[in-house]
Amino acid sequence: MSGWTALYIFMLAAFTGYVIIAAVPVILHTPLMSGANFVHGIVLVGAMVTLGFARTPLEEAIGVFAVVLAAMNVHGGYVVTVRMLAMFKSSRERGANGSAAGVAGGGRDDVSRADGKPGEAGETSAADRP
Amino acid sequence: MSAVDAIIKTSYFATAVLFIAGLRSMSSPATARRGIVWAGVGMSVAAAATLFTPGMHHRPLMVGAVVVGVALAQWTGQRVPMTGMPQMIALFNGMGGGAAAAIAAVELIKGGAAVAARRPADVAILAVVGALIGAVSFGGSLIAFGKLQGLVKRVLSFPGQNVADLLVLAVAVAAGVLVILGETGAVTHLGTPLVAAFIAIAFVFGILMTLPIGGADMPVVISLYNALTGLAVAFEGYVLGNPAMIIAGMVVGAAGTMLTQLMARAMNRSLSNVLFSGFGDARSGGGPAAVAGASRPIDADDAAIMMAYADKLVIVPGYGMAVAQAQHKVWELAQLLIDRGVQVKFAIHPVAGRMPGHMNVLLAEAGVPYDFIYDIDDINPEFATTDVALVIGANDTVNLAARTDPASPIYGMPILDVGRARNVVVIKRGAGAGFAGVENPLFFADNVRMLYRDGQAAAAELIRGIKSL
Repeated sequence: MSGWTALYIFMLAAFTGYVIIAAVPVILHTPLMSGANFVHGIVLVGAMVTLGFARTPLEEAIGVFAVVLAAMNVHGGYVVTVRMLAMFKSSRERGANGSAAGVAGGGRDDVSRADGKPGEAGETSAADRP
Repeated sequence: MSAVDAIIKTSYFATAVLFIAGLRSMSSPATARRGIVWAGVGMSVAAAATLFTPGMHHRPLMVGAVVVGVALAQWTGQRVPMTGMPQMIALFNGMGGGAAAAIAAVELIKGGAAVAARRPADVAILAVVGALIGAVSFGGSLIAFGKLQGLVKRVLSFPGQNVADLLVLAVAVAAGVLVILGETGAVTHLGTPLVAAFIAIAFVFGILMTLPIGGADMPVVISLYNALTGLAVAFEGYVLGNPAMIIAGMVVGAAGTMLTQLMARAMNRSLSNVLFSGFGDARSGGGPAAVAGASRPIDADDAAIMMAYADKLVIVPGYGMAVAQAQHKVWELAQLLIDRGVQVKFAIHPVAGRMPGHMNVLLAEAGVPYDFIYDIDDINPEFATTDVALVIGANDTVNLAARTDPASPIYGMPILDVGRARNVVVIKRGAGAGFAGVENPLFFADNVRMLYRDGQAAAAELIRGIKSL
């Protein structure tokens, strides 16, 4: 891969990441961080290659260390993200489970909306009182 | 390109697509889980394909190492309670940073061993920079984990600490530059000892940099290290010629950067202020103004009556609620009120909990449907039409001093407007100040009543009170 091609990949991936993440609602930010954590677990692939081409016992030892750490990163990130996301239910789903709340109360349907511009949460509210 | 090679490259490409599609599906709670499962499929495919890379050795050892890592993560990841999620994410993130640094270490050691194997400058630079930030993220994340887990209790701080830290960083950078020069053949490569020293110093810098940061600021730091690990992975991806690593790493780098900014802004602080001021445990500067007046207590039965006959009630949970393990009781209380026809909403401040969105996870665990939960921008205009605001275990996120007292350390932080509700009931364990150690003038306002009780006991008494009506 030439350096220039890689530079374009770096740039496009950064923009893609920014745009995709900006669409994630505040409510999912913890699973998002943990999901992102899982995604950089792709380092496992690199760790495997590094171990696979190790030539000395020292390189081999560091390679094993890298693979163990990366495997923990991948699997741990995945397990906790799925655990968290499994708990997020709408009142309609809860209602089907026989919850007392059902669909009464202050439920709404537009939670999936994007919060658009990152970092602006709360700024308007800080300004709305003299 | 051999057939095996083509299959491996294709699987990496598919993995990159699945990662992006998976993260994209996190834009809604309804599709988020499916997206992560697909990303998991992509990850498995990539790892399986890598195993068939031609010319690779140590395959049994590799599989063994993966099994050990997976087993350890399964064991810890399944057991961690939802309140402990931030430190668990920090820990797994640190592992990724350590792996990236270890990959770089092997590559750089190889460069030192073979005189003929000189590298182009771009590869050498990215390998070294990736190693540096990977090792910093590894050391820093371990300390962040230790602090939030309560293993590292002391805040280590001494005069001139920032200068000392910067000196350590300067040494690490100097060692890194020497490695780069050796790799490119500009000077004699000093080999394994130099590489080892370089990575060790970077690791120590990560530890030193994180030690003085207080527990309240840890979410910002975890988020930052998440971004750093992503970048380290992307850079090592370039060194290994693996575009899937570059794409996944950069996407995470962008995500982490954004979440870090978001979190810092929600606390009205700059990132450098978080990293270098030692705020969060020990605050400096002029003390905030003392609050005059007396707070008005209320007993649980009166509060129950007030809530039962309200038209609209907003519950404002803080981390104190989670510490008291009261979220299940609070949801039970909310369900009772909903059955009586009260309109109930939950209001979540961006920094409620120990990381962005943490309180949402804790409420989801208790069974609160996500369409009952509102963030600060949506709920603040509604307090004016709210009959009762029930504040439970929250203090800093509703602290009027953030608006009124320029001497207060949290001055300027956006807060939830609970004071505008007709009545406010504050459930609080004792009369002490909040996590940030700041006195709250709200508790002395005319429309505010204090229910001094443990969160869980208070919720149970309120439930009893409402049932007896």
